[in-house]
Order: sequence, then structure tokens, then C-alpha cells
Amino acid sequence: MPGNDTPRAASVWRLALAAIVRHRVAATILFLMVFPWLVPYHALAINILIWGLFALGFNLLYGYAGLLSFGHAALLGVGSYGCGIVIVHFGWPWYVAILCGIAFASAVAYVIGFLAIRTRGIYFSMVTLALAECVYYIFYKWESVTGGENGLRGINVSTINLLGFEINFLDPVNKYYVMLGVVAIALWIFSRILASPFGAVLETIRENDARAAACGYNVANTKLMAFVLSGAFCGVAGALRALHLSTVPVEVLQISTSGDVVMMALLGGFGTFFGPFIGAAVFQLFGDVLTLWTTHWQLYLGATFIVFVLFFPRGIWGSILHWLRVAKS
Amino acid sequence: MSDILVAEGVGKKFGGFVALKDVSVSFARDKLSAIIGPNGAGKSTFFNVISGAFPASSGRVTFEGRDITALPTHEYARRGIAKSFQITNVFPQLSAHENVRVAAQMQKTRYNLWTPRARIRELIAQADDLLERVGIAAKRNSVARDMAHGEQRCLEIAMALACQPRLLLLDEPTAGMSPEETVRMMDLIVRLAAERTVILVEHKMKLVMGICQQLVVLHHGELLAQGSPDDIRANDEVKRVYLGQGKH
Repeated sequence: MPGNDTPRAASVWRLALAAIVRHRVAATILFLMVFPWLVPYHALAINILIWGLFALGFNLLYGYAGLLSFGHAALLGVGSYGCGIVIVHFGWPWYVAILCGIAFASAVAYVIGFLAIRTRGIYFSMVTLALAECVYYIFYKWESVTGGENGLRGINVSTINLLGFEINFLDPVNKYYVMLGVVAIALWIFSRILASPFGAVLETIRENDARAAACGYNVANTKLMAFVLSGAFCGVAGALRALHLSTVPVEVLQISTSGDVVMMALLGGFGTFFGPFIGAAVFQLFGDVLTLWTTHWQLYLGATFIVFVLFFPRGIWGSILHWLRVAKS
Repeated sequence: MSDILVAEGVGKKFGGFVALKDVSVSFARDKLSAIIGPNGAGKSTFFNVISGAFPASSGRVTFEGRDITALPTHEYARRGIAKSFQITNVFPQLSAHENVRVAAQMQKTRYNLWTPRARIRELIAQADDLLERVGIAAKRNSVARDMAHGEQRCLEIAMALACQPRLLLLDEPTAGMSPEETVRMMDLIVRLAAERTVILVEHKMKLVMGICQQLVVLHHGELLAQGSPDDIRANDEVKRVYLGQGKH
């Protein structure tokens, strides 16, 4: 009978979902492993992978600590420049360059966070935005190091040596899987942080920061730590982006980057582990597929975004999780 | 060292409004004390000053002989002073158990980024014990927001106890409770006071007369009287404020 069939099908979905949520790192990595074969071309998959990681880092601050930053362009951009500069100017190997990207982005996150956490709500967003603009102008003007308006060029990593194997890094499939290795480590660390006692403190600050302080937690310090950690993850994304593009366009530091990542996190579902990747995929696919038909793709993206904010504020992944959990009770 | 908390000449101004004026009170260790007074007497302001919600404008507060007047809020819990709020104040989207577990965690680990919470069994057990003690163990996995008002108040007390405080401050713990819930809450408070110093703010004088060892009466932001319930009952000033002029 179809009447019997439906609840059973729903319960299978729910079990599957429970398994995905429980093993969120493994599930996300598995998905990302097959992902390049699901999109029109491999370079797009790399883009989505990088933006997904960027949105994940942003989500640590917004989704888990409740702080809406409009200055994350600075963290992605500085991660890119940090990685690119040490390759172009010092010829350091790619993996050290990634670590430099992380260090640079974390340091900038510390400065922006230190100044911004004194404010709350919309003021926090505005201060982060203003400070990110400062970062943009510094990199724009500091031509000798950053290439200024032309961007930083010549980040040429054509082959990489991985445990004795020479890998052709220009091949998009190789590039994707090497980067996925880095993203996998980041995902694992991210998940550990969320599950840790510190992750619990972040949630309490999002929920009720006065109570968190009364429990003995230093709210300002915790927020600053979250900002720096968010910067570190965005720095990884930035470094990978520099390696992917072989250049750092100065536009990465512009305000639109900060806006894009907010949209991706909201579309995918803020405060969810997998949501940022879904949001990044939808965002990038919209841009990629719709430009074939119309130059006004952002109009359609914007309309979709408004529909989500108004009717599905949990975002795509957040709504799916919510519906299947509600169906249970 | 028989007095655990001492307020000396504490005053608080909000702009031009004087909410507290020169209040000097000592609270005895291991006693159950209550701060009472009519509406607008400055009870909550005084409570907020001694619990670290905001600093006094003048005077000083010492806890176990150390000045705590200007400490940031989070330092209070670390030094052994825990409080419950007048308006229920929990983490609404977390489960009852997680509310208490995260409060207990402060003693042990604050910035551990690596060990999964589920593996720190000691804290999990401690939170379960505390839920049991305040009588809401059955609600362990309920989301705090969905719990009844009285249960949320008990949850708050469990969270305060999780800091293992030597001084427990409760701001109108029975506010908005049904008569049965009130009786249960007062029982709980008496039991808690057997093991530590408890100071509570209460609007209803009758409620605390029978159980407290020390009473502090505030009126118009000033100290009106302090002493044992019998002293207070016999005090003419208190009678005039509470009985003579009726309720205001």
C-alpha cells in the first residue's frame, strides 16, 4: 500500500540523514570526492571547493558565534596574498606558502577582531566592513609587494612533489584532489573545534552572552578567538585560491567578496556543517550556468536569495535538516 | 572572616537618578540571607552590584576579604560567586543537560579546542547530578525554551550550582511561580543553604521570614534595617514602610 510506503521511505531518508550528520566530516569529504564529476567542468569544482571552505570559515563566526562580519574579503584576500607573496618573492614551496597564508590571515583577523568585538550587532558589521576596506587600500597602494592594481602575478606552481610523487598541478583533476586533501584536513579540524568545549562556549555566546559571562566565560576573548580561527580557515581558502588562479587579483579584497560569502552561508544554511558548500555550489553554478543565457544572472541569484531569506531562513541544507527532523516527531 | 561578603558605602547612580545611597551591609558566611523591601527599594540594583552585572558608582564590595568592586562579570563566577537572574536566563536552544554541562565546564576547561565534549565524562555526570538535585532530571534532553517556567528557574539554579560557588545569589527565585512551585523552590533553597552561603532578593516578606537567618531591608535606595527576622519584625521603621503606608 502506498500509505505504508511513504513513512518507511521517509524513515530511510531520516536514517541516512542521521548518519550524515553523525559522520559529518566523512560524509562531506565523500561528497566532495565525487563532486567534480557532477558539475559541467573541473575548474568550476575547484572554485566551489575553495568558496565552500571560505564560507565554512565565515560560518564559524556567523553561524556558531552569531557575529555577522562584512569584512571577510580581507581574510580571504590576505590569505591569497600571503601565500602568493612568499612564492613570488621568495620562491618558497607551496605547502609552506599555504601556512604563510594561514598565518597572515589569522594575524589580520586578530587586528580586525580586536577592534570590532568592542561593538555589537550592526556596528560590528560596519566596523569589520570599514577595516576590510582599509586592508584593500593598503594592498592596492603597496605596489612593490602586491602588484597593486594589476594584482599579484606569477604564482606558478606547475608540478608539486607529494611524498615522492611528481604531480602535474596544471591538470584540473589533480589540482582538485590535492586541494581536497587540504580541505579535508581543514574540515576535520573544524569539526573537532565545533565538538570541543570551546565550541560549546561559542554556542552559549550566540544564545545569550550575558548568561555566558555570568557562567564565568570571558565573552570578548572568546569572540576574538573565534574571529582568529575563522581567519585561519579563510586563510586556507585564500591560499588555495592563489594556487588555483596563479595570480591574486586585487578585486578579491573588495566589498563584493564579503557580500558573496554572506549570501553563500545564508543560502546553504548558517550554523550547519555542510551548508556552506551547498551555498557555494548554488552560487557558483548560478553564475556559471545562467551566464550562458543572460548577463543579468545576478538578478536571478538576488531574487532566489530574497525568496530564501523570506521563506526559508534556514537555507537549503538547514531546511532539509529541519523538515526531516520535524517529520520524525 | 565570619562575613563572606561586605558592602561598604555602596552607591549607584543612573544618570541623575540615585538608585542606591551609601549602603553598608555584611553578609555572614554559611547563612541564608535575604534582601527585602518594597518595589523600587533598590533591591535589584544592589543585587546587580554585588553580583557583578554592573559596578557601583561609589563605595566598595569585598568577597572573602578581597575587593571585587570593579571586576568584570565573568570573574565573579571564577572566584566562587554564582547567580540566577530575576528574568529567567538560560541558553534557550540548548538542552537542559547541555545548559548545565557548559556551566560546569567553566571550572575545568574554557579554551579546549580539541577534546570532544562527549568524551569529558566527568562533566556529563556532574550535569546529570545537578539536574537530579534541582528535581528536573526527567527533562534532561528537553530544549530549555520548551520547558515550563518553574523548570527553567530550577535549571538556572542548577547552572549556578555548576560553578561550585561558595556564594549563591538568587534574584527573586520564585517570581512568576505557582504556589506549589514556590513551596518546592523554597525547600530547594533551604537545602542549598545548608551547604553554602545564599543571599536572595525577595519581594514577598512573608516568604523569607521563616527560613532566613539574616534580613536586610532596603527602602528608597537606602539601608533601612538589618538583623535577624525577629529584630526586623520588631523594627518600627520596617513596620511603617511595609504596613503603615501599604503597598507601593
